[in-house]
Amino acid sequence: MAALGRICLLLALAVCVYGIGASLYGVRSGRVEFSESGRRSVYALAGILTVAFAVLEIAFLSNDFAFNTVADTSSRTTPEGYRAAAVWASQEGSLLLWAWLLSLWSSLALFLTRRRMRDVAAYATAILLGFGGFFVSLMIFYANPFATTSPAPAEGVGLDPLLRFPTMVIHPPMLYSGYTLCTIPLAFGMGALLARRVDADWIRAIRRFAFAAWLFLGIGILLGARWSYSELGWGGYWGWDAVENASLMPWLTGTAFLHSLMIQEKRGMLKVWNVSLVLATGTLAIMGTFLVRSGILNSIHAFGGATLGVPFVVLIALLIAGSIYLVVSRRDMLRTEHRLDSLLSREAMFLANNVVLVGLCFVIFWGTYFPLISEALTGREASVGPPWFDRYTVPLALILVLLSGIGPVIAWRRATLANARRNFVAPLLVAALTLVALIVAGVALKPFAIAMFCCAAFVLGSISQEFFRGVRARRAMAGEAAVVALGALVRRNRRRYGGYIVHLGMAVLFVGVAASSSFQHASELGLSPGGSTRVGAYTIRYVRPTATITPKYDQAHTGSTLSLGAVLDVSKNGHHVATLRPSEGYYDSGEPAQGSVGHLIGGQAVSHISMSAGVTRDVWTAIAPNISTPSLQRIITVGNRTLPPEDAEVAIAYLARAYLQRPPQAQFHFIVSPLVMWIWLGGLIVFGGGLIAIWPAPSTVRRRVGALARTRAQHGLARA
Amino acid sequence: MSVVIAILAVALLAGVILLVSAPLRTARRRADLPSAELVELEAAREAKYSEIRDAELDYRTGKLSREDYESVAGALRAEALELLNRLEALQAGRLAGEEPGADD
Repeated sequence: MAALGRICLLLALAVCVYGIGASLYGVRSGRVEFSESGRRSVYALAGILTVAFAVLEIAFLSNDFAFNTVADTSSRTTPEGYRAAAVWASQEGSLLLWAWLLSLWSSLALFLTRRRMRDVAAYATAILLGFGGFFVSLMIFYANPFATTSPAPAEGVGLDPLLRFPTMVIHPPMLYSGYTLCTIPLAFGMGALLARRVDADWIRAIRRFAFAAWLFLGIGILLGARWSYSELGWGGYWGWDAVENASLMPWLTGTAFLHSLMIQEKRGMLKVWNVSLVLATGTLAIMGTFLVRSGILNSIHAFGGATLGVPFVVLIALLIAGSIYLVVSRRDMLRTEHRLDSLLSREAMFLANNVVLVGLCFVIFWGTYFPLISEALTGREASVGPPWFDRYTVPLALILVLLSGIGPVIAWRRATLANARRNFVAPLLVAALTLVALIVAGVALKPFAIAMFCCAAFVLGSISQEFFRGVRARRAMAGEAAVVALGALVRRNRRRYGGYIVHLGMAVLFVGVAASSSFQHASELGLSPGGSTRVGAYTIRYVRPTATITPKYDQAHTGSTLSLGAVLDVSKNGHHVATLRPSEGYYDSGEPAQGSVGHLIGGQAVSHISMSAGVTRDVWTAIAPNISTPSLQRIITVGNRTLPPEDAEVAIAYLARAYLQRPPQAQFHFIVSPLVMWIWLGGLIVFGGGLIAIWPAPSTVRRRVGALARTRAQHGLARA
Repeated sequence: MSVVIAILAVALLAGVILLVSAPLRTARRRADLPSAELVELEAAREAKYSEIRDAELDYRTGKLSREDYESVAGALRAEALELLNRLEALQAGRLAGEEPGADD
């Protein structure tokens, strides 16, 4: 089967090379059949890589350890669901996933644009096949997912226990979908510049893909944050890790693009800005992919093994140089005679929003890449930590949230000051009342957190006002019931009201971030059974220890050989609130040198946190049991000396029983964070709003609306 | 390499060649796409309709005064009518055979 996979890779590369040639020849010579053949090459690439992916997936599910990547990242004891996802746990498999998703999304984009912009699409096809060929080449020459070893090992190393978590199964496909979707606007943007067709058509063609990229990237980022919070033992959801930042940067520039493209669609302005944003977003997506494979990172996100830094640096350099050349050489075509009518207009607010978003991206870029470059040049480890990022990003985030509340209440083109003042009354009132309520409630005066709460309240006020007035206007026109009017309003103005919901979701999300960051109570200490501690308003008591053995009984369903933990009782004001069961899993290291018993638990220990999550607060716990005590170590030592491998699990059972009978003091980490759930809820609201905004109107509605608008335009002029 | 793998590989290769070469083998006439100018005008027309609807919604939701709305809407309608006239002229010219059939 590996041979079929290798053949697929070679065929894929050949198809990419042919497709690039056919597309470029077709567009330069005007021979449309070659451009179409080039487009079909993308479809063929998708088919070939689907077969290749299926081959690798079958290898994982059937435990074919002849495949090096299967042996390195899977094992018979890895639960089946995680075995299926282990395909993308390795450098090789993740490259294949990247290339496969790229081919699928590219096929969709080119299929949907097959009847328009032939010349732009032909150049875009060549560029997308160029990306595909690049990733396929990496697999053929650097990190082949179909490399094999003979004879095959009897057992694999197993999936990294840190990755044995549901959100980690879906996080890479979502994130990679976001990254690969970012390359589609980039390809069409470059195509438009190459074809000298910089009108609105290419923007309209790729708008939904830009939105989809933004959506998938956002979901991927949020899933990663959720995994960090729910699985890693530090209790946080965002650490300003270089790879986290690398995924956030294209999301920020993508957000800026989604706003400024509306200005280009309506007013024909910001052509240079928009095409630059699109090119920057795609390039940042490639840079994000580069970071985890370059070998310059020592991070949970980094792939070990072969480093692919040099090829990626070459690709990124080509992208940057090519982008700059195209924008500069076509700048005359990108000029527009239109100008902003007024600073008090939605266009102006969008521009301000763009400046803030790009400013945020620049800050994060500087904080992420400067230390890496500095370390590469000087050899000294440099670091820029969360306090540095917080110092600059928090004020910018405040401005962003504020603008997201101002924009909806300002009209396009121009708004009068009197009108604007009237429209701000209700949102400002909501913000003021929130501030008063916070002060009356005795909420600690943390300026940035309080400011964020008030800005979010302002957003809530302005969005609610928009919905209320829109429904009222709809009812006045159509005489519909409120609920019906609301549905019709959103259906007929999907982008506007979907966008409003997205703004609301972001405000909710930022409230969660501000509250959980500023008002958290944390404690780290050792406890023995019967001991208790107070964290914030909660009392946490260590009731008793827990222990499970063999992967079959692993309560976390991650295949650990031994799991030691605790039962904790959480109470508030004497009333029971929750029972928590944190544990630490110990895994097979696969190293016989650790002994017949030692290797069963000698792998990386992974903390399985336990938390009581609620709308108002989360109570989060992690445990680090102590198995280094002399009595427990004696069991392992004696077992190593006396037990053959097939009986080694007996010693593990003794170990578990000894731990339960005489549990040593364990180290606990407790955190009480308010409003963490608002982050995930806000994300869901953003997702829902994004779906509404991206959903196409039925074509009959579009024709009816277009015809009506044409008639009214003519009647309006007749009246004038 | 097993026979099954070889057959699968050959089938895959054949499928790819058939798919990719289809446009080169068929002699069917491909539909002429609208000219770049026509596409641009249609896109501008749709954008203008969207602006008119947005202006009306802005007025009805209190973001524009009546005077501002009538001023903005009047300008937008004039721009829309100009676009419609240009489109009609282009389409009439195309029908009369003056319009180039392929992308510029």
